Amino acid sequence: MAVVAKEPIYDTIRPTAARFGLRSTRGRPGLIKQALLQALCLFIGLTVIFPVLWVFSVSLDPLNRSRPEGLALIPDGATFDSYRQVLERPTNNPITFPQLLANSLKIALGTSIISVIIGVFAAYAFSRLRFRGRETLMLVILGVLMLPAVAAITPLFVLLNSVQLDLPVIGAFNLRQSLLGLGLAIVSGLLPFAIWNLKGYLDTIPRDLEEAAAVDGADIHQTFLRVILPLAMPALAVTAFLGFIAGWTEFYFTSTFLSGTVPNHTLALALNSMVGSFASTPWSAFSAFAILFAIPPAIVYFFAQRWITSGLAIGAVKG
Amino acid sequence: MAATTARLGGFRARFGGGGRRSQRAAYLYLIPAFAVMGVITLYPLAFQVWMSFTNMAPINLNVRANVPPDFVGLKNYQDIISSQLAIPNYNFIRLIIYNLFWALSNVAIHLVAGVGIALLLNVKGLWFRKFYRALYIIPVVIPPIIVATVWHNMFDKNDGAINLILAGVGGFIGMPAEAFQIDWLRQVQAPVSWLLPSTPDGPNLALPLAFYAMLVTNTWLGWPLNSVVATGALQSIPNDLYEAAEMDGATPWNKFRHITLAYLRPAMLPYAIYGFVITFNLFSLAYWMSGGGPEGRTELLVTQAYALANVQRLYGVAAAFAVIMFFILLAITLVTNRLTKATQSYSL
Repeated sequence: MAVVAKEPIYDTIRPTAARFGLRSTRGRPGLIKQALLQALCLFIGLTVIFPVLWVFSVSLDPLNRSRPEGLALIPDGATFDSYRQVLERPTNNPITFPQLLANSLKIALGTSIISVIIGVFAAYAFSRLRFRGRETLMLVILGVLMLPAVAAITPLFVLLNSVQLDLPVIGAFNLRQSLLGLGLAIVSGLLPFAIWNLKGYLDTIPRDLEEAAAVDGADIHQTFLRVILPLAMPALAVTAFLGFIAGWTEFYFTSTFLSGTVPNHTLALALNSMVGSFASTPWSAFSAFAILFAIPPAIVYFFAQRWITSGLAIGAVKG
Repeated sequence: MAATTARLGGFRARFGGGGRRSQRAAYLYLIPAFAVMGVITLYPLAFQVWMSFTNMAPINLNVRANVPPDFVGLKNYQDIISSQLAIPNYNFIRLIIYNLFWALSNVAIHLVAGVGIALLLNVKGLWFRKFYRALYIIPVVIPPIIVATVWHNMFDKNDGAINLILAGVGGFIGMPAEAFQIDWLRQVQAPVSWLLPSTPDGPNLALPLAFYAMLVTNTWLGWPLNSVVATGALQSIPNDLYEAAEMDGATPWNKFRHITLAYLRPAMLPYAIYGFVITFNLFSLAYWMSGGGPEGRTELLVTQAYALANVQRLYGVAAAFAVIMFFILLAITLVTNRLTKATQSYSL
């Protein structure tokens, strides 16, 4: 995608005076202008990186210090104690970091994979097949997408709460307080997103290959399995990753449904109980937790960013 | 050759023509998604509409007692719109106006900063361009929940980084450090009184310091993606256009206005609309930074909806509120769709 503008030939034989001098030739900045541009770029870079450096430096504070003392990058008495503490038991609730992590992973992986697998079939139908009611069904999905997830808390809370069973082995079971119920609530918002995002991708796949497959006698199902699905793999990965992030950072449903059920708490919920005026957590512990929480998705996002943003752009244009 | 055409014809009939087999296959592919959505998305949303006409509360949720809620007609809707809800600091008119202003002001700043920085990084011969592009993407990759909670601490009155930096800079010009104990997120008094002024008998619209703190945070969060989109558009401008304009004696300003901006506009407008909707519904900053305060003046529709369901537990009212939100967002979508269409017909 990134087309690097070719430099005109005469730029390579520009006068040496201009290279070192104040005068710029044909759009190439002279040294002074270059220095000013670099200063500006560095300043912007500093504002971008500052919060990251700050949260890192606070995370190194010793645990007996509830607030940071000043702005030193490496604070006095720097230690990794807060990391050790949050990796064991981050909050006052009796739940360990590995347990929180396991719950977050179950929710994030489960919801994203299920949404993508179910979604790609519908996306294929919307993108490639013509059928009665197509426009109406697409409008239904768009209408659901328009509504933010927060607006679906109440009915999902009430409906999931109405499924209360006495199971033989587990005992009393309330779907609303279970990870399964939380997963269902998340999928209810994620699935329409997955369908729409995948349809946006499938629309960009040229039809030549399918026509060639049809010439070879492939039917609709073979075309889907052998032609479309392999080509859509990157799109599936990106959509699943965006769904993973949504599940990993999900807060409204988790806090509304599960706040009383400590064993099912997730990392995002623990993070929430570490901030605010009533939290007794030292800032160093909160910062260490924030870094551990943000790093895994941030690394994937950073390296996959080009594909993700192009996918988002498609979704945005279609939506 | 003839066989090929015949088979292609068959392909069209199966895929494009809407034949009976294609129809049946299409429904087959739709069944899983719509079966799942029917149970966990569409039915709950329909149920929400029914709930919105009742006074459902926690007492009605007890499965064993099984007390049905009372039907109250349009009372929830009337109470929401006329700001008669019995919860603190609630005002419907202020919610709408503030929410719109919040989204508009943010998107305007994102656009200008994003395009400006994309132009800066596009300067020919700039050193370390790739390094800056990689560095500037950092805010995009950090989950918003982390951004909000970290900036909440950064804007802390006593130990926050922002006040410490301001005190450091102020120290150079001889200002005492005590001058920078600014209570960013809780100060009630508005710093600029003429921005979003209130009418005497209307709600208090004055923007508190918390608004500016969140504006700064969201600017940090929002401009990089705008910059990515603008960079893509800038790189698609053919160089010949500038050369041709130069030969015709165009000034740099003319080139910028008639070539650069003309190419940026169709790319940026859909993205700005997308950003508007995202910012309009941006839960994380209002929830973790200001908590909607002070006096509920930075509350958004989404945070209010969350509070109604999770704090006040007025389920009937919360359902009606969500239905009203649906119509507000529908109105926004219809207006923005018209805007997009208007620019599609705009030719370069």
